[in-house]
Amino acid sequence: MAINHLAPEQTEQFADNIVGFARALRAAGMPVGPGAVIDAMSALQVIDIGSRADVFTTLEAIFVKRHEHALIFKQAFNLFFRASEEWKHMLDSVPLPEQARKKPQAGSRRVQEAMSQPRMTETPQHQEQDLRLSVSDKEILQKKDFAQMSAAEIAEVLRAIEKMHLPQAELLTRRHRPDPHGLRLDLRRTLRASLRTGGDIIDIHRLGRIEKPAPIVALLDISGSMSEYTRLFLHFLHAITDARKRVSVFLFGTRLTNVTRALRQRDPDEALASCSAAVEDWAGGTRISASLHNFNKLWARRVLSQGAIVLLISDGLEREADSKLAFEMDRLHRSCRRLIWLNPLLRFGGFEAKAQGIKMMLPHVDEFRPVHNLSSIQELITTLSRPLPPHHRSLIRSAA
Amino acid sequence: MTSAATSSGAVPASVDAMLELLTSRGYLAERSLATVTYLSLRMGRPLFLEGEAGVGKTEIAKVLSAALGRKLIRLQCYEGLDVSSAVYEWNSAAQMIAIRMAEAAGDTDRDQLSSDIFADRYMIKRPLLQALEPDVAGPPVLLIDELDRADEAFEAYLLEILSDFQVTIPEFGTVKAPSPPIVIITSNRTREIHDALKRRCLYHWVDYPAAERELAIVKTRVPGISVKLSQQVVRFVQALRNQDFYKSPGVAETIDWATALSELDARSLTPQVVGDTLGALLKYQDDITRMQGDTLQKVLKDATSDN
Repeated sequence: MAINHLAPEQTEQFADNIVGFARALRAAGMPVGPGAVIDAMSALQVIDIGSRADVFTTLEAIFVKRHEHALIFKQAFNLFFRASEEWKHMLDSVPLPEQARKKPQAGSRRVQEAMSQPRMTETPQHQEQDLRLSVSDKEILQKKDFAQMSAAEIAEVLRAIEKMHLPQAELLTRRHRPDPHGLRLDLRRTLRASLRTGGDIIDIHRLGRIEKPAPIVALLDISGSMSEYTRLFLHFLHAITDARKRVSVFLFGTRLTNVTRALRQRDPDEALASCSAAVEDWAGGTRISASLHNFNKLWARRVLSQGAIVLLISDGLEREADSKLAFEMDRLHRSCRRLIWLNPLLRFGGFEAKAQGIKMMLPHVDEFRPVHNLSSIQELITTLSRPLPPHHRSLIRSAA
Repeated sequence: MTSAATSSGAVPASVDAMLELLTSRGYLAERSLATVTYLSLRMGRPLFLEGEAGVGKTEIAKVLSAALGRKLIRLQCYEGLDVSSAVYEWNSAAQMIAIRMAEAAGDTDRDQLSSDIFADRYMIKRPLLQALEPDVAGPPVLLIDELDRADEAFEAYLLEILSDFQVTIPEFGTVKAPSPPIVIITSNRTREIHDALKRRCLYHWVDYPAAERELAIVKTRVPGISVKLSQQVVRFVQALRNQDFYKSPGVAETIDWATALSELDARSLTPQVVGDTLGALLKYQDDITRMQGDTLQKVLKDATSDN
């Protein structure tokens, strides 16, 4: 296939082509920076430009930085570098990124809500009454089931979730930092300090191990039966993602979607909007077994490698419960540090694990907790911040 | 042409020459891999290779260093890797002795003392610093293996080294490579590497080879193997990769298995011999269990049907 519009002697057009191609990639959702364009141009000067396959590989090596983008790149390349005449109007038809995806203004809903609230009357007595009311309201709010809340109450809960302070469950790493109470001698700093006194060691510097929070991986069920809870949990997970570095979030109904990047956006509304844009099966059926299988196969090795805590948020109502579900749960359990199953169904006092799916899953979790109101979320946070016993699994198994 | 390139240690002049160079050392690369390797050498950019375990990511660094006659410096990453084990460390015991010696000799000039004990000879050089040093044979090949195992802090540290090829040591000054080393970074994707690092590299996803190439690889790496057995082995492995296994066998496993089979003097694949040696291919008990019975029969039948 002729790609003579890539000929290096026509430098200006050549540059245009690369810039246009980069723009097309960007419009297709790939992160392509200006540095990559410059790289691409210098790379194309090094190789023999007559070979389409080599040009492909060269540009791929520069523009594609994640395996997931390889397919997009291939399609874009094939479209863009077709016959020499066609490409020009192709270039014109490529939308600019701003036009391609106009963001809804973040927080617009919140602003609207804030504006439409009635003004408070400012008599002192009233205020006192209001305060008292709000205290008891808060108590009720703590225990009230998410599924039974009014819109205003949910807004209150969201605010509470945003304010929650996450204590960091610490993991000792193998890295060190200066620490006066550390156990290891910092010879290098001690020696450097000794030079100031002509070689006499007066101050002994020490090193301590660096601690960091254990990674958290959340698997959130977004099927129809969970619909009253999903939005709140997403808010909760967004708050966690904001506070911690290593949090990965997956949503699953009939299929599994990784929304970690979407949740990284600072603004909760924007983050949730891009989450729902990424998911195709919102409030549909549940295929826990298949979703767990996908997670185990595609993601477990990538996100569970450093002693992660897994939060499985699901009601466990699986129609196709068979031995596969138990198998996948077992695998998940074996590949993480701690598996916590959060189930809103536990809110019912006389809950019994009668559903087939729940029975299959229960033997493979370290903890089984309710999560349907604010106080249960707070308890969860306390659990997450508790130091983990070194051989937690064997301890729990022997106790059970 | 190849031998000339090898003896002089010169960088190949085209993608074809690169392909030939790798082939001459028994590494049968896809053309795309040869292209990015060539580009990485010509542009002086690190090459970032990602792919499943056992597809030959590490191997290419070894082959490159042997083919170009350069020193291979390997940094195996692990969680907790820090500057003192990746870049440099002071030999504190020797420094201490030097201080005592100076004292005994009545030497009290502090500035002199500090410049003496922070000299090159008290420094223990770790892989990254070694890679920046000039070498008579030319810039070395620096292999940063399994970067995904190191933590983010180390990754951030690498940014400076990979873009400027220099290290700053407070007591010593800045060490800059006279010419940048050839850098190969590998990752098994046990976690995502930050975009900032990938941006500085040429990225390539190393895939499982197609049947034809894998057959050629087996023939090169297991010289004694019969044509019939090698064909069956490759067909069997390729069929396994289509199964829904937790860990599909890589090229390294194929070579292991072929070696095992030829050690056992197997002429062709039989249920007995496959059952005995399956552990060379599949590394998870669940996967091995799945392969028992009907699945094994079927895959085996397909692999041996034409012969």
